[in-house]
Amino acid sequence: MMSMIWFVMIVGGVAIALVNGKVDIVNQVVIQHSQEAVTFAIGLTGIMAVWLGLMNIAEKSGLIQSMSKAMGPLIRLIFPEIPKNHPAISAIMMNMVANMFGAGNSATALGLKAMEELQQLNPQKDRATNSMCMFLVINMSSIQLIPLSVLKIRADAGSVNPTEIIGATLVATTVSTVVGILACKLMERKC
Amino acid sequence: MLTILNIVSIMIIPILITMILVHGFIKKVNIYEAFVEGAGEGFKTAVRIMPYMIAIFLAIGIFRESGALSLFTMVLSPITKVLGIPQEVVPLVIMRPISGSGALGIVRDIVHTYGADSFIGRVASTMMGSAETIFYTMAVYFGAVAIRNTRHTLGAALISHLAAVIASVVICSILFL
Repeated sequence: MMSMIWFVMIVGGVAIALVNGKVDIVNQVVIQHSQEAVTFAIGLTGIMAVWLGLMNIAEKSGLIQSMSKAMGPLIRLIFPEIPKNHPAISAIMMNMVANMFGAGNSATALGLKAMEELQQLNPQKDRATNSMCMFLVINMSSIQLIPLSVLKIRADAGSVNPTEIIGATLVATTVSTVVGILACKLMERKC
Repeated sequence: MLTILNIVSIMIIPILITMILVHGFIKKVNIYEAFVEGAGEGFKTAVRIMPYMIAIFLAIGIFRESGALSLFTMVLSPITKVLGIPQEVVPLVIMRPISGSGALGIVRDIVHTYGADSFIGRVASTMMGSAETIFYTMAVYFGAVAIRNTRHTLGAALISHLAAVIASVVICSILFL
């Protein structure tokens, strides 16, 4: 699946660049964007290290286990395959909290930790489990409470009331998350 | 209500950090050692996801800069018309799942062209806030644990994205028209 998307995006892009007579852009992109990717990944290293360090403390102190216990019922409803008190639960919880409050990089670090925990439960290591698909779909449906960057753009553009879209955003994002969860539950049986 | 949310947004990370440290301290964990031990894992993860990031950044860059994206937008416009999505926000609908910074750039354009308080401006703002990037997230999260068969993830994510788009238009029509 990923191969197909990747192929279409690159080969299609190069072909269209040829037609548009701006092939040189491809050269620029290859250099610039690969560099950006590395810079971004290295930038993420610091915040990754911070959260993995903190999670290690929380694991040793038992905080993770008690968090998992408290959030268990809700999580079990959405992720029935995760065993009781498994560390994946708290990593998922903390990723969602970070996402809600717009702490993007912290959320990514905690999300990757959650994926590693989920992978340990996976009997077939190269195939996504239902829990992984569900976790990613919820993540990608956006659960952020305040879209700060959008508010900034609106304020810069001279909006009378930049924050008036927050209510609409919350409703739209709730709709998309619920639809995503339902779609996952329906589709996981078929593939 | 909003100020409360704003304060919580600023406070959430400090609160989480303090909570973890205080709990660890009370339970007599060697917090410094435990932190350093865990932090070491961060580098491994970053190195592991780097190739996936390069792959996806490259594809997104070429697709966007070559003009393929605008062509794709044009091809899709008959479908979006049927769904009642305003033509002006179609580029955003396409870009949102592909690239976060790209989508933010489009929102900036739309807001400056049509006005932040126009219907189009409000729909674009709502859409931006209610969806997430899909391809990047999938590449990095699945890449980190070497999953190849992603099953229904993309399908369900795109359905959820479409729901966000339609919900944004409908809710803005109810609230602002």
